[in-house]
Amino acid sequence: MRASNSDLPIRFEKMSVSERGLTILDGITMQIEPGAPTLIIGPNGSGKTTFLRAAMGLLAPTQGRVTWGGRETSPALRRAFVFQRPAMLRRSAAGNLSYALRAAGSPKSQRGQRVEDLLARVGLQGLGKRPARRLSGGEQQRLALARALARDPAVLFLDEPTASLDPASTKAIEDAIRCVAASGVKIVMSTHDLGEARRLAGEIVFLHRGRVVERADAVQFFSCPKTPEARSFIAGDLLV
Amino acid sequence: MHPDLSPFQLILTGDPPLFAIVRLSLIVSLTAVTASTLIGVPFGALIALTRFRGREGVIVLLNALMGLPPVVVGLAVYLLLSRSGPLGSFGLLFTPAAMILAQTILVTPIIAALARQTIEDLWAEYRDELTAMNVGPLDRVTTLIWEGRFSLVVAVLAGFGRAAAEVGAIIIVGGNIEGFTRTMTTAIALETSKGDLSLAMSLGAVLIVIVIAVNALAWLVRSVGESIAG
Repeated sequence: MRASNSDLPIRFEKMSVSERGLTILDGITMQIEPGAPTLIIGPNGSGKTTFLRAAMGLLAPTQGRVTWGGRETSPALRRAFVFQRPAMLRRSAAGNLSYALRAAGSPKSQRGQRVEDLLARVGLQGLGKRPARRLSGGEQQRLALARALARDPAVLFLDEPTASLDPASTKAIEDAIRCVAASGVKIVMSTHDLGEARRLAGEIVFLHRGRVVERADAVQFFSCPKTPEARSFIAGDLLV
Repeated sequence: MHPDLSPFQLILTGDPPLFAIVRLSLIVSLTAVTASTLIGVPFGALIALTRFRGREGVIVLLNALMGLPPVVVGLAVYLLLSRSGPLGSFGLLFTPAAMILAQTILVTPIIAALARQTIEDLWAEYRDELTAMNVGPLDRVTTLIWEGRFSLVVAVLAGFGRAAAEVGAIIIVGGNIEGFTRTMTTAIALETSKGDLSLAMSLGAVLIVIVIAVNALAWLVRSVGESIAG
């Protein structure tokens, strides 16, 4: 059932999220459609993580609603999430992947081969036997990406997956994401690194103070941003 | 037993009554700790992973029960198993089974309370990942117990320490009957009051050595396991 992107489009209708009286997302109405990667950018605290969590279905909106392919509840069978700080199980790298495969309902007989494929896909071949929590930060992040891919997702959310990684690890992650996007998986990813957004984005969603300030095709966004906030963010001014 | 022999001679010559006492002590405490682990770990996990009215109260009570006085447990089990008690018809009073029951009641809250804390901390760490992987409630419990296995070993050791050192409960429900329900701790209490300090000391030495050996073994298993699993 690879072809039906039944979770897409993901629609936000006047969606707000507040926690302890603090508004984190404020009346967002937009739609995530199949196609090139959607990059969520904006300064720290602009609501990127909360946006992704709501899109994944990990948290319920305080107001408004989120729908997946028109449905208000949709178990996250074909959605996967790579967290900013992934929590690896106290098992080997391969053990973490076969756990994810089992959770995704992959038959036992195929798991061994799929684990090897997944490791190769993120450039970790040969590291399967290593304890996952002893891998470097970059390797753990790649393993987290492989673990998310084990779910064979139609939509893959990534929350600043390259934050605090060195350039080599960042490149490895970005290359893997590009491959995944090319294979038809919808990528929805946050970053505060404009260079990364330029390298990966098909379209940009610019968040500021919990609102979607600007949304545009990536080329257009970077060449002629429409809003003063986006202009100053691209120019590198401190946006507070 | 030979009261004229020194503690070391008793141990080195493999004095049969001494070894019968050691054997029964180990059977009672290890069986009780096994039963407590099988009850306490899932129970602790259940409390860690569910939210219900009065949960805070249950946690406070569970933590308080770690300090349950052995003599009070002994008394309660005694009343339960005595001829006129609700379970009197089974004739368990003054048997090893009664001692196992009493120690299980003592140790289960310790293991459950420590398991609850361990698993709740792990749940905070893994909640997002497991939710994103769509892992169901039962699989969450088994996953987190497995993730917490090294910390849970310490909880089980704490329970074993309690059981092995305890005398108040088993002396009441076991009766300290020679050759039947006499354990190391009850024998030490008896021999000390009789004035046979030599036997009491050799039993004490054996008890301490056993407790250290069990802990060392568990530590070894934990270290090897952690070096493999990370």
